Amino acid sequence: MTAAAVPAASPASTGEQPGVRLARSRRNAELSLLLLAMVLVAAYAATVEANVLDTVTTDFWVPAATLGLVFLGLHLVIRWLAPFADPALLPAVALLNGIGVGFLRRYDLAQAAPEEREHLAIFAGTGGRQLAWTLGAVVLAAGLLAIMRDHRSLSRYAYTLGLAGIVLVMIPAVLPARFSEINNAKLWIRIGGFSIQPGEFAKLALLAFFAYYLVRKREVLSLASRRLLGVDFPRGRDLGPVLVVWLISLLVLVFEKDLGTSLLYFGMFVVTLYIATERVSWLLIGLVLFFGGAYLAYVLGSTVGGPFANFYLRAEIWLDPFGDPYDKGYQLVQGLLTLGSGGLFGAGPGGGQPTLLPEVQTDFIFAGIGEEIGLFGLSALLVVYLLIVERGLRAALAVRDSFGKLLAGGLAFTLGLQVFVIVGGISKLIPLTGQTTPFLSAGGSSLMANWLLIAVLLRVSDGARRPVAAGGPAARPAGGPPEQLHGAPTEVIRP
Amino acid sequence: MPELVITVARFGFLILLWIFVFTVVGVIRRDLFAGARSGRLVAAPRGVGAPAGPPAKPAKVKRGRAAHQLVVTAGQLAGTRITLGEAQITIGRAEDSTLVITDDYASARHARLVPRDGQWYVEDLGSTNGTYLDRAKVTGPTPVPLGVPIRIGRTSLELRP
Repeated sequence: MTAAAVPAASPASTGEQPGVRLARSRRNAELSLLLLAMVLVAAYAATVEANVLDTVTTDFWVPAATLGLVFLGLHLVIRWLAPFADPALLPAVALLNGIGVGFLRRYDLAQAAPEEREHLAIFAGTGGRQLAWTLGAVVLAAGLLAIMRDHRSLSRYAYTLGLAGIVLVMIPAVLPARFSEINNAKLWIRIGGFSIQPGEFAKLALLAFFAYYLVRKREVLSLASRRLLGVDFPRGRDLGPVLVVWLISLLVLVFEKDLGTSLLYFGMFVVTLYIATERVSWLLIGLVLFFGGAYLAYVLGSTVGGPFANFYLRAEIWLDPFGDPYDKGYQLVQGLLTLGSGGLFGAGPGGGQPTLLPEVQTDFIFAGIGEEIGLFGLSALLVVYLLIVERGLRAALAVRDSFGKLLAGGLAFTLGLQVFVIVGGISKLIPLTGQTTPFLSAGGSSLMANWLLIAVLLRVSDGARRPVAAGGPAARPAGGPPEQLHGAPTEVIRP
Repeated sequence: MPELVITVARFGFLILLWIFVFTVVGVIRRDLFAGARSGRLVAAPRGVGAPAGPPAKPAKVKRGRAAHQLVVTAGQLAGTRITLGEAQITIGRAEDSTLVITDDYASARHARLVPRDGQWYVEDLGSTNGTYLDRAKVTGPTPVPLGVPIRIGRTSLELRP
């Protein structure tokens, strides 16, 4: 039986053709969602001005329009370079980014003297700076889309990226504290008045490496040795990689004094490992290792002190923030009160008191926004995050190659985990750590790294949704299997 | 600013926020629940080797006798089902197989299932440990009746209507 005879044969009737369904690029849906998002950002700005200034200035729409232009540019780049990318990603991220810029401008207004507020320059202060960072980040994302025409090309630089990731993670730990420490966490490189957070970029580089490594090793890592309580556990000698990553994240915890970053790296690896091997045991092992490590750090912090003291302090504040509400627990208590005073519907954009909350422009931006839009609005923002993560996981499910699956799944999960770590921190679910809230917090590093992450997700989803016929030679690996085999899509569903 | 305007703006913003959320959900609704509609997903050629236009209507086959599903009945992937289209199904450990089985006794390109005139044929692709149709070793293209197990290593597959 020859392969050529296959298409001619026509056995069972088919349902809907996936190729036909997926061929729609849906770029127009993306554009209209983007416009809706920008209308929301403009409405937010207008409400803020109505509340704070008691009048709406004639140029309230300028930041929203500027943002709109920036995102429109990215939309056009996507139309050109990734026409089949997911239509929901860009508008959802644009909304979060726009609300972030709007809130930071609102914070500038609150900080300015009442008589100056009306004449506050549009592009000044943290809001203006965030706007500039957004432009930079979007340009970077577009650049990544232009350079990386196929996400599989990333796997060629896997070891370089892995090395770069580890170096980026280590730099702040090695640098003397005066170059790297802000608010007791050594996560920064500070040169003059300028500071960058290399860890934000490290997570992208490390994830690309993890994905590549696990694609190659997953056969071994999914071998089971013994079965306990209905879960297959891996062989002892296969625990090496996970122990190494565990050790590195504990070192991050100790030397960079930040639980969130450490949890992020370790969680990233464990989840990628789980996606690669489909073994629940890895999740269990990861959870046990992480909680064991964190408890160990807590105990060591209370007895030995030294590098563990910071983590101990954070945990103590978490356990009883009201024990010292004016000093150590001040920030967390203020955050909780802020969320509480927001209530169900909030005080309205511009109606809150963000100046009372320390670090409201970065770590506590979610609480600051929550005071003004309430639980009702905050849950909408959380659902937007959820949708972004869902789109990432969907791209991971749909893309055909294993590297792409691990890359997209891992990146989407990392984004979700980061939101969990910071929102859990400010709502006292877990000990507070200084993670940035993706796309909302003021800060260039976080914004750029997360936009790069979105660019990778867009690229993977483009690869996943692109019909093979329209893919051109770039969609197929050179020297790969014959087209006949490659063209047959896998649509496997687990019941 | 009158109190009323501010209240309207405040709640209007929240409502608009949720409208945005639901609009996004509306745009992606189609594949949000795609996993639940297992019966409608089809293993069919996506352009390659198929006519560019809408596919010609497949020749009618007598209902009840044609195989519509490939079900994994034993092995690691047990419970997996693939809706059969008009493309061949490749089975093996290779990444690009239609059905990727991670079985110690399976070869990278182990076997394939090919449709011809409404009948599916199983063909061994030179595997190390062989492909068995029920008890008999598959040597050439062999027609696969409904419900007869194809054994590859520890994995067992069946055609179902």
